[in-house]
Amino acid sequence: MNILVLMKVVPDVVEELEVGSDGKSLDTSFLRTIINERDDHALEQALLLKDKHGGKVTLLTLDAPDIDDVLFTALAKGTDRAVKICGVESVQSTQTAVKLFGDVIAKTPDLLPVDLILTGVSAIDDLDGLMAAPIAHQLGWPYTGVVTHVTLADKTATVIKEFAGGVRGEYDVPTPAVLGIQAAEKPPRYVPVAKVRAAMKSQTIETVDAPAVEAATTVEVQQMAKPQVTGHAEMLEGSAEDVAGKICELLAKRGLL
Amino acid sequence: MAGNIWIVAEAWRGQVSEITFELLALGREVAGQAGVPLEAVLLGSNARELAQKLGAADTVLYADNAALADPVPENAAAALAQLIKERQPAAVLVPLTNLSVDVGVVLAAQLNVPFLNYCKNLKADGGNLTATCVLYGGKMEATVTASAKPAIIGILPGARSVEQGRSDKAAAITDVAVTLAAPKVHFKKYLDPETADVDITQKDFLVAVGRGIQTKDNLELAEDLAASLGGAVCGSRPVIDQGWLGLSRQVGKSGMLVKPKLYVMLGISGAPEHVEGMKSSQCIIAVNTDAAAPIFNVAHYGVVGDALEVAPALTEKIKARKG
Amino acid sequence: MDLDPVRISLMGLPAWAVLWVLTLGAFGVFGFRAWQLIGLLFKARSENRFDQLGARVMRFARHVLLQPRLFNEPSIGLAHFLIFWGFVVYVICFNWALIRGLAPVLPIPYPDEVGLSAFFLDVFSVTVLISLAAAVVRRVFFPPAHLHLSWDANLILTLIGILMLTTLFGAGFRLVGEGKAASGWTPFGSLLTAVLPPMTAPTAHAWAKGMWWMHIITVLIFLVYLPYSKHLHLLASPFNVFFGNLRPAGDLSIAGGSEELAAGSAKWNEFTWKQLLSGFSCAECGRCDRSCPAANSGFPLEPQQLVQKLKKHTIHAGLAKPNGNGEKLIGDVITENEIWSCTTCMSCIERCAVLNEQIPILVQLRRHLVSEGQMAKTVQDALNNFNRYGNSFGKSDRMRAKWTQALGWKVKDARKEEVEYLWFVGDYASFDPRLEESTRKTANVFKAAGVDFGILYEGERNAGNDVRRIGEEGLFEMLRDKNLQAMGKAKYKTIVTTDPHAFNTLKNEYDLKGVEVLHYSEVLDRLAAQGRLTFKNKLAGRVTYHDPCYLGRYNDIYEPARRVLKATGVELVEMPRSFNRSYCCGAGGGRIWMEDVEGVKERPAESRVREAAALGVTTLVVACPKDLVMFQDALKTAGLEGKLAIKDVIDLVEEATRQA
Repeated sequence: MNILVLMKVVPDVVEELEVGSDGKSLDTSFLRTIINERDDHALEQALLLKDKHGGKVTLLTLDAPDIDDVLFTALAKGTDRAVKICGVESVQSTQTAVKLFGDVIAKTPDLLPVDLILTGVSAIDDLDGLMAAPIAHQLGWPYTGVVTHVTLADKTATVIKEFAGGVRGEYDVPTPAVLGIQAAEKPPRYVPVAKVRAAMKSQTIETVDAPAVEAATTVEVQQMAKPQVTGHAEMLEGSAEDVAGKICELLAKRGLL
Repeated sequence: MAGNIWIVAEAWRGQVSEITFELLALGREVAGQAGVPLEAVLLGSNARELAQKLGAADTVLYADNAALADPVPENAAAALAQLIKERQPAAVLVPLTNLSVDVGVVLAAQLNVPFLNYCKNLKADGGNLTATCVLYGGKMEATVTASAKPAIIGILPGARSVEQGRSDKAAAITDVAVTLAAPKVHFKKYLDPETADVDITQKDFLVAVGRGIQTKDNLELAEDLAASLGGAVCGSRPVIDQGWLGLSRQVGKSGMLVKPKLYVMLGISGAPEHVEGMKSSQCIIAVNTDAAAPIFNVAHYGVVGDALEVAPALTEKIKARKG
Repeated sequence: MDLDPVRISLMGLPAWAVLWVLTLGAFGVFGFRAWQLIGLLFKARSENRFDQLGARVMRFARHVLLQPRLFNEPSIGLAHFLIFWGFVVYVICFNWALIRGLAPVLPIPYPDEVGLSAFFLDVFSVTVLISLAAAVVRRVFFPPAHLHLSWDANLILTLIGILMLTTLFGAGFRLVGEGKAASGWTPFGSLLTAVLPPMTAPTAHAWAKGMWWMHIITVLIFLVYLPYSKHLHLLASPFNVFFGNLRPAGDLSIAGGSEELAAGSAKWNEFTWKQLLSGFSCAECGRCDRSCPAANSGFPLEPQQLVQKLKKHTIHAGLAKPNGNGEKLIGDVITENEIWSCTTCMSCIERCAVLNEQIPILVQLRRHLVSEGQMAKTVQDALNNFNRYGNSFGKSDRMRAKWTQALGWKVKDARKEEVEYLWFVGDYASFDPRLEESTRKTANVFKAAGVDFGILYEGERNAGNDVRRIGEEGLFEMLRDKNLQAMGKAKYKTIVTTDPHAFNTLKNEYDLKGVEVLHYSEVLDRLAAQGRLTFKNKLAGRVTYHDPCYLGRYNDIYEPARRVLKATGVELVEMPRSFNRSYCCGAGGGRIWMEDVEGVKERPAESRVREAAALGVTTLVVACPKDLVMFQDALKTAGLEGKLAIKDVIDLVEEATRQA
C-alpha cells in the first residue's frame, strides 16, 4: 500500500496577523507559517496505515520558509520520501496550489501509482476551494472528505466520515482514491529532536521544479481586514467571589435560579 | 443579474437541517438585491414533505431519486451539475457543514469553478456577488468578488438566523428529474454515537469545559457547578479528543447543536467550530484567562479570570441561594 | 586434651579436610555468583566513575564507615551501625578462624583463644543480638511503610542470630570444659556457664567444637546465600558508594557516559554499569519510598521497587538462556505510568543510605519512551510548544515580555545594553496570567533597590530543566543552545532567575563558565544585607515557607528566602517537612503537564497545603512560580480556600518595601 500525502503551510495564528500595505493580503514581514494542522493529521493517518499494512509514504509539499524542518520531521516519523515543489512564489490561492500539485503529480514519473492520496480536508486559508476534491477530479479518482478513520483492504478503503450530532457515516471507497482528512485516528505522533537531527544527516529532500500554471482565479480579494467586533460580552470584574455573586444576581434576574 | 440564486437544502434522516433555513434567509436577501428569484434545491428520495418546509424560497426544485436517499456527495453533485446545466443559476449557496461541504467541493471541481469558502455574508451589487469570508481561524475577514458562473459558495453556519428563513407559505415545488450513474463511493451505514447517559440537547443548563480546565480532575468543579444548576457538563473538541468526556457531550460542528437557557463556558477560547454548536444559547457566560479570547465576542457576559476559581465560587453562591 | 576443632575425625576423614571441601565449595559457589553478577556489569553501558579518587575515598569513609544517612531514621540507625561493625569484626575473626582451621599447622591460636579478640567477639555477639532483637521488634510490631518484610530478610536475621549464639555458647562451653566459671575476656560467655547444665569436660569440649563447626558452616551458608539475597548490598554498596555521583545531582547530562545514553534505555544492558550496581546495592530499606511524593500520593511508583525491578530483571534477563523468557523491561516489569509518575524531587536520592541515583535511571527509561514517541498527549503538546515557541503555553515568543507593558517603564533589553544582572524570567513568570503581577513586583522591587538588570525579551526560551527530565534530550539541547545564543549577545555579570527549575539547569547544566547564577531569593537577600531594601512597612502574622526542590535539595539553598521573610517582619514557622525534607508540590519533572492517574489518594500539593494549614499560619510562602500555581489549585481541592493564602516571597517583600 503506497500513500501520497499532500501538505502545505498556513499562517500561524498564534502570532498576531496584520494586513499588508495593499490592504488585500497579510503583511508578510512578521508572518510565520506552520504546517496545516489537518495535513499533519493526513500524514499521521498515512503513517498509521503504513504501520499496519507496510508500503511507502511519500510527502509532497510546496516550498516555504522552514519547510525543510517540516520535511525532515516527517522523514524522522517514518515517511519514506519527502519531495518539495520549488520555484513557487508564496502561493496565495488554493486553486493555484491544486494546479501545482495536480501538475506535479501527473508529470513527475515516480510519484504514482499510489493507493491513496491523503491531505487535510481544509485549511484556514482555503478561500477559493479545498484541495482534495479537485485533485481527485483531475485524476478521475473517487473522493471523500471529513474523514476520521481509514481501514484498507484489497482495492477498497473503508472510511468513516463525521456528520453532525456525533453521527458518522461509513463508506467504501475504491482505491486509488483521494481522501480529505479531518483527523487521524490518533493525534500526530511525537518525534524527538534527536531523530529529526539524525534524519537531517542521513536523508535527503527531493525537489521538483514548479510547473508554470496560470494564477487566474475568478475569486478576487477586494479587501482584507481584522474582523469588526460586532458584539462584546458585558465584562464582570472583581475577585472570584465578587464575580460569582454578580453572576448569581444576573441568573436570578433572568429567572434562571 | 443573469440567473437565479440557489440554495442547496440539507436534509438527512428525514429532517431538514437548520442551516438550510439560514441559507434561505441569506439567499432571500441576495436574490432581493439581485432582483432574481430564490430557488431551493432539495435532493432526496420520498422527501416531498421536507420540500414543503422550504416555503421561503420562490421555488423548490425537488429531485426525487432513490440514489439520493443516502448522503453520497458524488450523487448530489452530479444531480446539481445536471440541474445547473439546464437552469443556469447565478450562484449556488452550499451549507458549510460536514455533510454538505463535500457536495459543494465535488460540484465545483466538476464545473471547474472555484468553491468560495468560509462565507459569512453575501451581497449582490449590480451584476456582482460580493462575499465576506472568514480566514485564518477568524483572525481576518476578506471581502471578495466571485465572478465564476455559477459561483459556488460555501456558507458558514450562523450567517442568518433560522427563524428568518422559515416560512408558513406553501412551497412552490417543481419536480425535476436527474439521471445518476452508479457512484464510485458506496455509502454503507450511519454510525450513531453510543447511547448517551445524558442528552445535552435537552438540558436547560449546560456547563461547557475547554482545554483551559487543564486536567481531567478539574472536571469535578464543572460537574459540581452543573449539579448546582440542575444541568449537565459538555465540552469542546479538545476535551473530547483528550478522552475527558464522551462523544455524546461534544458541542460544536461535529458534535451537538445545543440551545440551553444558560451556557456557562469554562476555559473555552471560542473556536468557530465550537461556537457553531452553542451560539443560539439564550444566555452565555464565558470565563477565560485570556482577555483577548474570541469567545468574549460571542458571550453575553464575560469574566477574565481563572475558571478553576470562579466555578467553585459560583457553585457555592448558587447552592446558598437555592438553599 | 586437644581443643582444636579441626583435629578430630568427621565421617572418617580429618576434620580439616572436611573444612577444605566445605570452604572450597562455598567459595566456589560464591565466586561463581559474583563472577556472574560482575559479568553483567561488564555488559552494561560505560560511564566514567574512576575520576576524583580522593573525593571517592572520602565519600567511602563517610558513608560506609560512619553511615550518617542511616541515622536519619534513629530507630534503626544505631542498630544497623552496630550490626555493621559487629559484622566487620566477625568477618575478620571468621577469616582468621577459617585460615587457622584450614591450616592446623599454623602456630597461631584461634581468635576466641586470644583475649582481646575473644572479648570483641563476646561483646559484639551480645550487642548484635540486641540489635537483632530491635530489628525483629521493629519488623514485627512497628513495620514502617514500604519496608518489605521478606523471607529473605528473616532468613538472614536468623542466620546472623545463629552466628552470634554459636559464638556465645562456644565461649560458654569452652569455659565449662576448662573448668572455669568465668573469664574477664568473655563476660557474656561467662554468664552462660551459670545456666548451662552440669556436664563433663569432654562433653563440654565436644559442644564447644560443635558450636565452632556450626558457626563456620553457618558463615559458609551465609556466603553462598548472600549474593542471591538482598544482602548482596553488603558486598555491592561499598563499591556503589565509592563509585557514586560526584557531580551536582541537578546535572543530568550524560557526560562521562556512553553517547547512546541520550536515546534512553529499554533493556537492562542499555543502562550504565553503575546504574545496574545500584540495584545490587539496594538494601530494600524503603527510605526512598517513605519520602517519595509519588508513592505517598498513590501514584504507581516506588523508587525502591523501580531499582529492585531493574535488579531482578537484569539478573533474569542477563543470566537467562539465549531465548530467555522474553519479559520486556518497559511494559512487563516497569509500567509507563510508573515511569511518568516521578516529579524528580530528589528526595529518594537525598535519603538513600547506599547513595543510589534513582532519578537518572528513571530518566533513562523516559528517554526511551520519548524516542519512541510514547507519552501523554498533554506532554506531547508541551514538547511541541517548546520546540516551536520556546514555551509550554503555546504562545508566541514575541509575547514573552508582554508582562512588562503594564509596568509603566521599560525594562532594559540585555541584548542591547550592558547590565549587571541578566534576569532569566522563565515561562511561568512570563506567560501565566496568574503570575504576571508577581513578576512585575519583582521588577519594581529590583528597580527600587537600584538593581541594574535586563531581560532577553523574545530571545529567552524555556531553560529546559523539565524538558530534560521528561527525557527529551535533543529538545533540551536545542533550547539550551538557543538560550546560550541569546545570552551570548548580552553583556552581564550575573544571572538571576525566577524559577528554581531554570536556576538549576542554568547553574548546573549550561556550563556557563565563571558566571554566577542566582535565584531571586538570593538577590533579595543580598539587597537586604546591603541595606538596599528598606522594609518600612513591617508585616505582621505567622507564615511558613516551602523549600522548592530545585532550590533546596538540589542546590542546598535554604536560608536566603528565610532571612528575607524575617526581614519583612513576619513570624516564620517551619513545617514538619522543611529544608532538605521539604515535600514536593508535584509539578516537577514535567508532571505539571501530566494528568493524575487512577488511584491517587492525596495529591502532593494537597498534602502540602494541609501541612501548612495545620500550623495555623496565614500564609504559605513560596519561591517558585510553579509552586504558586500548584498550591493555589490545591487550596480549592483541599477545601482550604480563604483559610490559607499562597504568596510568593516577592509579594511580601514588595508589600513591606512599598513606598507610601
